[in-house]
Amino acid sequence: MSVVVRTIARILVPVILAFGGYVILHGHLTPGGGFQGGAVAASAVALLLVAFGAPSLKKLKSPLSVLEDLGGIAFVVLAFLGIGTTFFFNLLAGSGGLFGAASPIGPNAGFLNTGGTVPLMNWAVGFKVLGGLGAVMVLFGLFGGDDDR
Amino acid sequence: MTLLAILQVVILVLIVAGSILAVWLKDLLASVIALAGSSLLLALQFYLLQAPDVAIAEAGVGAALTTAIFVLAIRKTQRKEEE
Repeated sequence: MSVVVRTIARILVPVILAFGGYVILHGHLTPGGGFQGGAVAASAVALLLVAFGAPSLKKLKSPLSVLEDLGGIAFVVLAFLGIGTTFFFNLLAGSGGLFGAASPIGPNAGFLNTGGTVPLMNWAVGFKVLGGLGAVMVLFGLFGGDDDR
Repeated sequence: MTLLAILQVVILVLIVAGSILAVWLKDLLASVIALAGSSLLLALQFYLLQAPDVAIAEAGVGAALTTAIFVLAIRKTQRKEEE
Protein backbone atom coordinates (compact mmCIF):
# COMPACT_ATOMS: atom_id res chain seq x y z
CA MET A 1 0.00 0.00 0.00
CA SER A 2 1.01 3.64 -0.31
CA VAL A 3 3.16 5.54 2.19
CA VAL A 4 0.07 7.39 3.46
CA VAL A 5 -1.62 4.13 4.45
CA ARG A 6 1.58 2.83 6.09
CA THR A 7 2.10 5.98 8.15
CA ILE A 8 -1.52 6.09 9.32
CA ALA A 9 -1.33 2.37 10.17
CA ARG A 10 1.80 2.94 12.29
CA ILE A 11 -0.05 5.65 14.24
CA LEU A 12 -3.37 3.79 14.58
CA VAL A 13 -2.24 0.27 15.55
CA PRO A 14 -1.24 1.15 19.17
CA VAL A 15 -4.49 3.10 19.58
CA ILE A 16 -6.60 0.16 18.35
CA LEU A 17 -4.73 -2.27 20.62
CA ALA A 18 -5.24 0.05 23.61
CA PHE A 19 -8.97 0.32 22.88
CA GLY A 20 -9.24 -3.47 22.61
CA GLY A 21 -7.49 -3.79 25.96
CA TYR A 22 -9.88 -1.23 27.44
CA VAL A 23 -12.93 -3.17 26.23
CA ILE A 24 -11.51 -6.41 27.71
CA LEU A 25 -10.44 -4.80 31.01
CA HIS A 26 -13.89 -3.27 31.60
CA GLY A 27 -15.67 -6.39 30.37
CA HIS A 28 -17.38 -7.11 33.69
CA LEU A 29 -18.63 -3.51 34.10
CA THR A 30 -19.56 -2.13 30.68
CA PRO A 31 -20.77 -3.60 27.36
CA GLY A 32 -18.15 -5.72 25.67
CA GLY A 33 -15.84 -8.34 27.05
CA GLY A 34 -13.37 -10.94 25.93
CA PHE A 35 -14.70 -11.64 22.46
CA GLN A 36 -15.50 -8.03 21.55
CA GLY A 37 -12.18 -6.68 22.81
CA GLY A 38 -10.27 -9.49 21.14
CA ALA A 39 -12.03 -8.81 17.82
CA VAL A 40 -11.22 -5.08 18.13
CA ALA A 41 -7.56 -5.90 18.85
CA ALA A 42 -7.48 -8.38 15.96
CA SER A 43 -8.58 -5.58 13.61
CA ALA A 44 -5.17 -4.00 14.37
CA VAL A 45 -3.58 -7.15 12.92
CA ALA A 46 -5.91 -6.81 9.93
CA LEU A 47 -4.78 -3.21 9.43
CA LEU A 48 -1.11 -4.25 9.57
CA LEU A 49 -1.84 -7.04 7.09
CA VAL A 50 -3.56 -4.74 4.58
CA ALA A 51 -0.98 -1.96 4.97
CA PHE A 52 2.30 -3.92 4.96
CA GLY A 53 1.39 -7.18 3.20
CA ALA A 54 1.42 -10.71 4.57
CA PRO A 55 5.11 -11.66 3.90
CA SER A 56 6.37 -8.96 6.29
CA LEU A 57 4.12 -10.39 9.03
CA LYS A 58 5.28 -14.00 8.59
CA LYS A 59 7.15 -13.97 11.92
CA LEU A 60 3.94 -12.95 13.72
CA LYS A 61 2.25 -16.27 12.88
CA SER A 62 3.66 -18.54 15.60
CA PRO A 63 3.44 -15.96 18.48
CA LEU A 64 -0.26 -15.46 17.66
CA SER A 65 -0.78 -19.22 17.61
CA VAL A 66 0.96 -19.61 21.00
CA LEU A 67 -1.14 -16.72 22.37
CA GLU A 68 -4.30 -18.56 21.34
CA ASP A 69 -3.14 -21.76 23.09
CA LEU A 70 -2.23 -19.85 26.27
CA GLY A 71 -5.66 -18.14 26.30
CA GLY A 72 -7.51 -21.44 26.04
CA ILE A 73 -5.37 -23.09 28.72
CA ALA A 74 -5.77 -20.09 31.07
CA PHE A 75 -9.56 -20.19 30.66
CA VAL A 76 -9.78 -23.88 31.55
CA VAL A 77 -7.36 -23.50 34.48
CA LEU A 78 -9.39 -20.58 35.86
CA ALA A 79 -12.55 -22.65 35.48
CA PHE A 80 -10.92 -25.54 37.38
CA LEU A 81 -9.79 -23.20 40.22
CA GLY A 82 -13.19 -23.55 41.88
CA ILE A 83 -13.51 -27.32 41.37
CA GLY A 84 -13.71 -27.72 45.17
CA THR A 85 -17.29 -26.39 44.98
CA THR A 86 -18.29 -26.63 41.33
CA PHE A 87 -16.72 -26.15 37.90
CA PHE A 88 -16.57 -22.38 37.14
CA PHE A 89 -17.05 -21.51 40.85
CA ASN A 90 -15.86 -17.91 41.40
CA LEU A 91 -13.21 -18.55 44.06
CA LEU A 92 -11.51 -15.14 43.86
CA ALA A 93 -14.63 -12.97 44.27
CA GLY A 94 -14.48 -11.08 47.56
CA SER A 95 -11.20 -12.70 48.59
CA GLY A 96 -9.32 -9.38 48.69
CA GLY A 97 -6.66 -10.26 46.12
CA LEU A 98 -6.50 -9.39 42.43
CA PHE A 99 -10.00 -8.32 41.28
CA GLY A 100 -11.13 -9.55 44.70
CA ALA A 101 -12.74 -6.49 46.33
CA ALA A 102 -16.28 -6.98 47.57
CA SER A 103 -18.98 -5.48 45.34
CA PRO A 104 -20.78 -2.57 47.03
CA ILE A 105 -24.52 -2.91 47.62
CA GLY A 106 -26.94 -0.58 45.84
CA PRO A 107 -26.62 1.65 42.78
CA ASN A 108 -23.01 2.59 41.98
CA ALA A 109 -20.81 3.40 39.02
CA GLY A 110 -19.10 0.01 39.11
CA PHE A 111 -15.64 -0.69 40.48
CA LEU A 112 -12.85 -2.18 38.38
CA ASN A 113 -11.30 -4.22 41.19
CA THR A 114 -14.28 -6.59 41.56
CA GLY A 115 -15.48 -9.71 39.83
CA GLY A 116 -13.03 -12.42 40.92
CA THR A 117 -12.20 -14.80 38.08
CA VAL A 118 -14.58 -13.10 35.59
CA PRO A 119 -12.13 -10.35 34.46
CA LEU A 120 -9.27 -12.87 34.30
CA MET A 121 -11.44 -15.14 32.11
CA ASN A 122 -12.22 -12.08 29.96
CA TRP A 123 -8.48 -11.59 29.43
CA ALA A 124 -8.07 -15.29 28.59
CA VAL A 125 -10.89 -15.16 26.02
CA GLY A 126 -9.55 -11.86 24.66
CA PHE A 127 -6.07 -13.28 24.06
CA LYS A 128 -7.57 -16.41 22.53
CA VAL A 129 -9.74 -14.41 20.10
CA LEU A 130 -6.86 -12.05 19.22
CA GLY A 131 -4.53 -14.99 18.60
CA GLY A 132 -7.07 -17.06 16.68
CA LEU A 133 -8.41 -14.35 14.38
CA GLY A 134 -4.93 -12.86 13.85
CA ALA A 135 -3.37 -16.23 13.00
CA VAL A 136 -6.24 -17.06 10.62
CA MET A 137 -5.83 -13.75 8.79
CA VAL A 138 -2.02 -14.01 8.57
CA LEU A 139 -2.31 -17.57 7.22
CA PHE A 140 -4.96 -16.42 4.72
CA GLY A 141 -2.66 -13.65 3.55
CA LEU A 142 0.29 -16.04 3.22
CA PHE A 143 -1.71 -18.59 1.20
CA GLY A 144 -0.73 -18.90 -2.46
CA GLY A 145 1.75 -16.49 -4.02
CA ASP A 146 3.76 -14.00 -1.98
CA ASP A 147 3.14 -10.72 -3.83
CA ASP A 148 3.59 -7.72 -1.54
CA ARG A 149 1.41 -5.15 -3.29
CA MET B 1 -43.20 9.36 14.43
CA THR B 2 -40.47 10.46 16.75
CA LEU B 3 -37.07 11.60 15.56
CA LEU B 4 -35.46 8.35 16.71
CA ALA B 5 -37.91 6.23 14.71
CA ILE B 6 -37.30 8.31 11.58
CA LEU B 7 -33.52 7.92 12.08
CA GLN B 8 -33.90 4.16 12.41
CA VAL B 9 -35.97 3.94 9.21
CA VAL B 10 -33.34 6.02 7.37
CA ILE B 11 -30.56 3.73 8.64
CA LEU B 12 -32.48 0.59 7.60
CA VAL B 13 -33.07 2.01 4.09
CA LEU B 14 -29.34 2.83 3.85
CA ILE B 15 -28.44 -0.73 4.95
CA VAL B 16 -30.63 -2.18 2.16
CA ALA B 17 -29.19 0.32 -0.34
CA GLY B 18 -25.62 -0.61 0.64
CA SER B 19 -26.36 -4.32 0.33
CA ILE B 20 -27.93 -3.87 -3.13
CA LEU B 21 -24.91 -1.75 -4.14
CA ALA B 22 -22.56 -4.49 -2.94
CA VAL B 23 -24.28 -7.02 -5.24
CA TRP B 24 -24.68 -4.62 -8.17
CA LEU B 25 -21.17 -3.15 -8.41
CA LYS B 26 -18.74 -4.78 -10.85
CA ASP B 27 -15.62 -3.37 -9.15
CA LEU B 28 -15.15 -5.85 -6.31
CA LEU B 29 -13.13 -3.48 -4.10
CA ALA B 30 -15.95 -0.91 -4.22
CA SER B 31 -18.40 -3.75 -3.54
CA VAL B 32 -16.48 -4.76 -0.41
CA ILE B 33 -16.43 -1.14 0.81
CA ALA B 34 -20.21 -0.91 0.27
CA LEU B 35 -20.62 -4.10 2.33
CA ALA B 36 -18.41 -2.65 5.09
CA GLY B 37 -20.47 0.55 5.18
CA SER B 38 -23.66 -1.50 5.33
CA SER B 39 -22.19 -3.50 8.23
CA LEU B 40 -21.17 -0.33 10.08
CA LEU B 41 -24.71 1.07 9.71
CA LEU B 42 -26.04 -2.24 11.07
CA ALA B 43 -23.78 -1.76 14.11
CA LEU B 44 -25.22 1.75 14.57
CA GLN B 45 -28.73 0.28 14.37
CA PHE B 46 -27.84 -2.31 17.04
CA TYR B 47 -26.60 0.54 19.24
CA LEU B 48 -29.83 2.50 18.76
CA LEU B 49 -31.81 -0.64 19.67
CA GLN B 50 -30.02 -0.72 23.09
CA ALA B 51 -27.67 -3.61 22.27
CA PRO B 52 -24.18 -2.05 22.58
CA ASP B 53 -22.62 -5.46 23.21
CA VAL B 54 -23.74 -6.78 19.82
CA ALA B 55 -22.83 -3.45 18.21
CA ILE B 56 -19.17 -3.74 19.29
CA ALA B 57 -18.99 -7.31 18.01
CA GLU B 58 -20.64 -6.34 14.70
CA ALA B 59 -18.34 -3.34 14.22
CA GLY B 60 -15.25 -5.39 15.03
CA VAL B 61 -16.02 -8.52 13.04
CA GLY B 62 -18.36 -7.24 10.32
CA ALA B 63 -16.73 -3.95 9.42
CA ALA B 64 -13.06 -4.66 10.11
CA LEU B 65 -12.16 -8.35 9.90
CA THR B 66 -14.35 -9.49 6.97
CA THR B 67 -13.33 -6.38 5.03
CA ALA B 68 -9.65 -7.17 5.56
CA ILE B 69 -10.18 -10.81 4.51
CA PHE B 70 -12.09 -9.74 1.37
CA VAL B 71 -9.39 -7.20 0.47
CA LEU B 72 -6.73 -9.91 0.86
CA ALA B 73 -8.78 -12.28 -1.33
CA ILE B 74 -9.17 -9.59 -4.02
CA ARG B 75 -5.40 -9.01 -3.90
CA LYS B 76 -4.83 -12.72 -4.54
CA THR B 77 -7.33 -12.89 -7.44
CA GLN B 78 -8.64 -10.14 -9.72
CA ARG B 79 -10.38 -6.86 -9.02
CA LYS B 80 -12.99 -6.72 -11.80
CA GLU B 81 -15.90 -9.10 -12.01
CA GLU B 82 -16.25 -10.85 -15.38
CA GLU B 83 -19.42 -10.34 -17.40
